[in-house]
Amino acid sequence: MRGANWVAFEVKNITLTVGGEAYLSAVDACFTPGGFNVLLGPTLSGKTSLLRVLAGLDAPTSGQIVMDGPNQSKVDLTGVAVKKRSIGFVYQQFINYPSMSVFDNIASPLRVMKTPKADIHARVEKIADLLAIGPMLKRKPLELSGGQQQRVALARALVREADLVLLDEPLANLDYKLREELRAELPKLFNQTGSTVVYATTEPEEALLLGGTITLLHEGRTVQAGPTLEVYRTPNSLQSARTFSDPPLNSAPAVCSGGTVQIAGGPTYKDTLGLPDGAYQIGFRAHQLHVKKPSRNALDVSACVAITEITGSESFIHVDLLGQRWTALVHGIHPYSEGDQVTLYLDPADFMVFRQDGSAL
Amino acid sequence: MMQKKLNQKAWFLVLPVFLLVAFSAVLPLMTVVNYSVQDSFGNNEFYWVGAEWFEEILNSSRFHDALGRQLLFSGIILAIEVPLGIWIALSMPKKGWGASLCLVLMALPLLIPWNVVGTIWQIFARADIGLLGHTLAAMGIDYNYTQNATAAWVTVIIMDVWHWTSLVVLLCYAGLSSIPDAFYQAAKIDGASRWAVFRFIQFPKMQRVLLIAVLLRFMDSFMIYTEPFVVTGGGPGNSTTFLSIDLVKMAIGQFDLGPAAAFSLIYFLIVLLLSWVFYTVMTARDAEAGQ
Amino acid sequence: MAEIHLQATAHSYIANPKEPADYALKSLDHVWEDGGAYALLGPSGCGKTTLLNIISGLLTPSEGRVLFGDTDVTHRDTADRNIAQVFQFPVIYDTMTVRQNLEFPLRNRGMTAADIKARVDEIAEMLDLTDRLDDRAANLSADAKQIISLGRGLVRSDVNAILFDEPLTVIDPHKKWQLRSKLKALHRQFGFTMVYVTHDQTEALTFADKVVVMFGGEVVQIGTPEELFERPAHTFVGYFIGSPGMNFLPASVDGTTATVSGQQISLGAHYGALGNDQVEIGIRPEFLKLSEGDSATIQSIEDLGRHKIAKISFQGHSLSALVPEHQSITPGPSGLIFEPERTLVYQNSHLVTGVK
Repeated sequence: MRGANWVAFEVKNITLTVGGEAYLSAVDACFTPGGFNVLLGPTLSGKTSLLRVLAGLDAPTSGQIVMDGPNQSKVDLTGVAVKKRSIGFVYQQFINYPSMSVFDNIASPLRVMKTPKADIHARVEKIADLLAIGPMLKRKPLELSGGQQQRVALARALVREADLVLLDEPLANLDYKLREELRAELPKLFNQTGSTVVYATTEPEEALLLGGTITLLHEGRTVQAGPTLEVYRTPNSLQSARTFSDPPLNSAPAVCSGGTVQIAGGPTYKDTLGLPDGAYQIGFRAHQLHVKKPSRNALDVSACVAITEITGSESFIHVDLLGQRWTALVHGIHPYSEGDQVTLYLDPADFMVFRQDGSAL
Repeated sequence: MMQKKLNQKAWFLVLPVFLLVAFSAVLPLMTVVNYSVQDSFGNNEFYWVGAEWFEEILNSSRFHDALGRQLLFSGIILAIEVPLGIWIALSMPKKGWGASLCLVLMALPLLIPWNVVGTIWQIFARADIGLLGHTLAAMGIDYNYTQNATAAWVTVIIMDVWHWTSLVVLLCYAGLSSIPDAFYQAAKIDGASRWAVFRFIQFPKMQRVLLIAVLLRFMDSFMIYTEPFVVTGGGPGNSTTFLSIDLVKMAIGQFDLGPAAAFSLIYFLIVLLLSWVFYTVMTARDAEAGQ
Repeated sequence: MAEIHLQATAHSYIANPKEPADYALKSLDHVWEDGGAYALLGPSGCGKTTLLNIISGLLTPSEGRVLFGDTDVTHRDTADRNIAQVFQFPVIYDTMTVRQNLEFPLRNRGMTAADIKARVDEIAEMLDLTDRLDDRAANLSADAKQIISLGRGLVRSDVNAILFDEPLTVIDPHKKWQLRSKLKALHRQFGFTMVYVTHDQTEALTFADKVVVMFGGEVVQIGTPEELFERPAHTFVGYFIGSPGMNFLPASVDGTTATVSGQQISLGAHYGALGNDQVEIGIRPEFLKLSEGDSATIQSIEDLGRHKIAKISFQGHSLSALVPEHQSITPGPSGLIFEPERTLVYQNSHLVTGVK
């Protein structure tokens, strides 16, 4: 059987310029089979452009796309037409053929490949069961719920066992409970195929749930790449930490002199990293800003609440202090109102320290 | 470099279309142009006459009269069919079997061939045996489209309205169906009157299809030939001799190929010019909105 | 402004409803307090839009009454109810400027030009629309258009309530919370009764003082965000509010003890004999603690950075537990502690209250 050959893909120095506007600037990335390759970045960071280049829908202005060939050779894919590549693509919108049954929708890529009929049946039913849409094969896509429609689109991308499966924010248009369910299912699903999976998302939390490896994109450039948790815990730059934080990263300028760090307009603490004297940026994530004192060394600051968002089990408290807008992500319901004064705690042990140019220490 | 190459390839793809257009449009048009600047006395002998035919046509009262009738006819047709079409579209049911029934009824006249429409109305309106004509005559109304110019006009106009208002209705209905319910609900909440709903929601949303409807109806009515030819044959006298009927008389009846060719070209340019004027005027509002 | 009373209000889209399943909205009695900020929360098809349309008058309920204050408005149409509504997709009058859009409801009510101008200027100021008043509304971004449709409601000082039907659907994600905080601030400023329909829990809990959770045409709980989190009145609320949702286990309950497949779990209150009919205990992942022992098995761990979610198998049931960032855990046998005060009892999906 063709496809699903456990092949890795690599993009080298990809640039995409359309009408003088740079969508991608010298992007390098490597995508490996067996596990998720997450592309994380905000809207317009170049995720979709990169996926389209990988699929062959857009030709890069410069650079190369390479895949593993037989006997450890490399095959240059750059100029190869879309239909000659072995690719599955799932979009944010639920895209199915409305007049075809779910079965025919899923079978369509196999029919294009002229797969024998008996084979088509077996494979469609297997993938449909895996995605829990087995009982709906005879129905039309529009009769299904949004989550089921997106499962049909997923099944169509998976059934051909393509070398490369590209997912462009596939869960973005689903209700959050459905998103939660599918997120948990997807890694299991893809572990059973030998495809190389590239998953684009704007949500750091989704990236963490999917695990695997990650490439952070910002304004068409690669910010950092590596195993997902490692990149989350040890960002190489302020930009990396920002891209990988939602709610936004809390940061403030700070100055170190003689082993004491002074946060601009705020508290001081003893440096434990051996920082040379100079100016720095400190950053820490929203869940590291606390409403209860977390440890003996924690610093306290007083802040004014701008708004509290409540997700159900957690609260996002947006506050203004030291001339910055910070956000605290805390467990439980904390319905502070606009204008409330609160004391918040932060632990220097959580701080990520960056040089003035934004690079990590 | 690569992009240049691609562009040149694209030209090859367009080539078949160019050839098709050349054979179907440009070559016949050139033939007409050729005739329009020459005179012939048979035997395939042609003499260059320059713009003489054009001057003759443009100065002839026959052409002026036909053009006047044509403009009046198109003007009346648009003035009736567009508001009537909008009104019918607005009163049609939005969903259910009633909507389907209305759509089928509306589509019926459009499915009938033009010469059949002419024949139907020719018989229907006859004062001696036609249902309409006879009824009117019986009511004491002096109605005979073969003798009375006004009656002939009324007949031709009613026939066209009967035949083509449906097109305006269907286009407007399509435009209306694209308006989400929320707009009507919001208007209710804002306390808008029926007129305000039309003026600020339905009309703006219909504008694009209305442009198409007006253009189609204008061009078609300006070039109308078959139906009046069948019903009145351009009469009584010349009272319903529109441009196209006059042109055919000239070209085939009198075999004046040179003047007829010049006539055709002038006719073509008038249609083009007026369509352009309509288009520009009606899209001006959109352009303003885009700023 | 007035209180809105729903009295045995129910609606079915079917002509002669017989079974409960025929109703899109099951019989509901509720008083919407004057000036309250309410959210109607539930998945699609739960009846929340039906309820909203009954309040606004776009739909006449097939049973029961709707009262604004002392006035029965059940059969009055929308325009007579003095209701404003913001829809899912921004509704603006394309051919008008921003100012004309805001003036429209006032003009229709025959206000004088001077009064209209004063009121529109005041509202535009509050909505930060002053510089854009003369722009064509059609050319604005989706969030600005939504603000304008809200503005058309706010300009009317006679409004009884402002209703929102999933108003942030087409708004850019990073602009959502700005708009949400704006709505909250406006509520505080104007004191209008506001009812906000959404399937997004964050939107609902952030906006509202009281959240009305709906499921299958029924209101399953009306409560503050804390109440929904701490004491879900229905298993659906437990599942729907919070991520991951509440864990539920079939159990038999007697006195202060619940038994799950032979394992005893102590409860924070005393329950009478509940019988064996559909009894479950529920506990949020936040209150399930891992300990020494082997009564459960950790099957997998999702590391979200700020905390971990352990997927646990307990007596053949799967549960989620939230584990703090720095606590290290590995898949395999583990003990499990149910915080007694946080372990709730449900019968036929509804919360059972015990005696302390």
